[in-house]
Amino acid sequence: MKDQTAVAGIGSTDFAKSLEPSERDLALEAISAAVDDAGLHPSEVDGMACYSMEATEEVDIARNMGFGDVTWFSKVPYGGGAGCGVVGQAAMAVAAGQCSVAVAWRSRKRGARSSRPWAGVSDRVSGDQQMWTRPYGLLRPVDEIAMLTRRYMHSYGATRDHLANVALAARRHANNNPAAVMADRTMTREDYMDSRMISEPLCLFDNCLETDGACAVVITSADRARTLRNPTVLIHAWAQSLPSQHQTMTNFFCEDPLRGPAWSCAKKLWSLSDAGPADVDVAQLYDAFSPLVLLSLEGYGFCERGDAGEFTDDGGIEVGGRLPVNTSGGGMSEAYLHGFNLITEAVKQVRGESTNQVEDVEFSLCTSGEGVPTGAILFRGER
Amino acid sequence: MIEGQLLPELNEFTEPFHEFASRGELRIQKCESCGVLRMPPRPMCPACGSTSFVWQLMSGRGRVWSYVVAHPPLLPAYAELAPYVVAIVELEEDPLIRLCGNLVFDSTGPINEVQASDVTIAQEVTAVFPPADDGFVLPAWQITGATQPT
Repeated sequence: MKDQTAVAGIGSTDFAKSLEPSERDLALEAISAAVDDAGLHPSEVDGMACYSMEATEEVDIARNMGFGDVTWFSKVPYGGGAGCGVVGQAAMAVAAGQCSVAVAWRSRKRGARSSRPWAGVSDRVSGDQQMWTRPYGLLRPVDEIAMLTRRYMHSYGATRDHLANVALAARRHANNNPAAVMADRTMTREDYMDSRMISEPLCLFDNCLETDGACAVVITSADRARTLRNPTVLIHAWAQSLPSQHQTMTNFFCEDPLRGPAWSCAKKLWSLSDAGPADVDVAQLYDAFSPLVLLSLEGYGFCERGDAGEFTDDGGIEVGGRLPVNTSGGGMSEAYLHGFNLITEAVKQVRGESTNQVEDVEFSLCTSGEGVPTGAILFRGER
Repeated sequence: MIEGQLLPELNEFTEPFHEFASRGELRIQKCESCGVLRMPPRPMCPACGSTSFVWQLMSGRGRVWSYVVAHPPLLPAYAELAPYVVAIVELEEDPLIRLCGNLVFDSTGPINEVQASDVTIAQEVTAVFPPADDGFVLPAWQITGATQPT
């Protein structure tokens, strides 16, 4: 299905610590904006894809939006790992002829403390992801990723300065993006180093934001997209991966826990693509936690294993650097919508509409959650 | 035992594991057909597909694979004890069998008695079995020896 489908429209709500509308209403706003941006009418939409975690119900969306007869709908699991799979599967449905115009969206309200998934859990935990770790006080996603991070730092000599590079790049990009929650909040390396520890070795600024908001994209055939109003953003290649013996988040039990889903996803992605890592002009790498960016840089082949820390030195992942990463500010400084704002930013980079625009973008990579079953999309601009 | 501690749902795998722990035994699921150990325990052996298994007694010796130091915000029961160390330990019998647990200096110690400065990766530890009021025993790891190079 290489280059057979395209993102024809994108839409977003405002991003904020707290927004008044419900998740459903935010979804409607973002989807309306995306369909509008594509220059299509909602009645033309016949495909729907979303995340399975905390879903906004398809029938509610379709009835409110005034969609026509929907002939394909699907959900992708694993939270932040879902995003690129949601869009990729919608593209696959379009390419297979199951629908002609699909919308994919993410709406989420996480700004309030009470809404966080680890808050207020019952005193009995279930599932292998939790039963063998949570009783001992490894309670939160940040603890689970901190465990991998400590081992990574030990194995490869990465330092807190490298993690700071990730947080600072995101913040600098956000400071030039008026839509970012952290648009007006600057951060220095000292701010980072002085911030409180959450799960050592990770501090406050190694964590993504918790925000409210929604984003949506419209996917159609490349041929149809070429007749619409926006520059054509081809879905050049995409992949998902649930690696052998992987356990979501508490991935401590497989042979090599530091070789996460990014590696197997990248292998599939590059096998389906005309391009390789060296051809990528800009990347949005899933950043619920700063170390995931380091692991993804290695997994997707932008540097050798263990070298990601160094790769981020000297502005390496900022605009103008070796590989501009998370140019909207990403989950750490724009908004955390389970990675869906990374997808809209990757599309903006191809369209030339980012507030931190990289020059002459042909290949724009977006990845979903590392540390969980994941996905990735390589977008391509038409020359 | 921590007041308000999270406990695993009891099922055909967690119940025997913790029952053995209450007798002072660390036992890991072993495929009866091909002999491969697996953790977390589950119905089918990924190596050979067999659903027959036994609970193999382990020496209890292992090494710290990694660790974190948890700080608030945490669930109230845990926040009271923070900061505390949580480790992943690899077992001597098979370093690919790893368990999560707290580090202690002796089996009755609280989960926050070991400080971050007391821990290094590859440190030798031994499974101990803290007494629990309600009989539900979670293994902990006693710091026993020197750090071996990884």
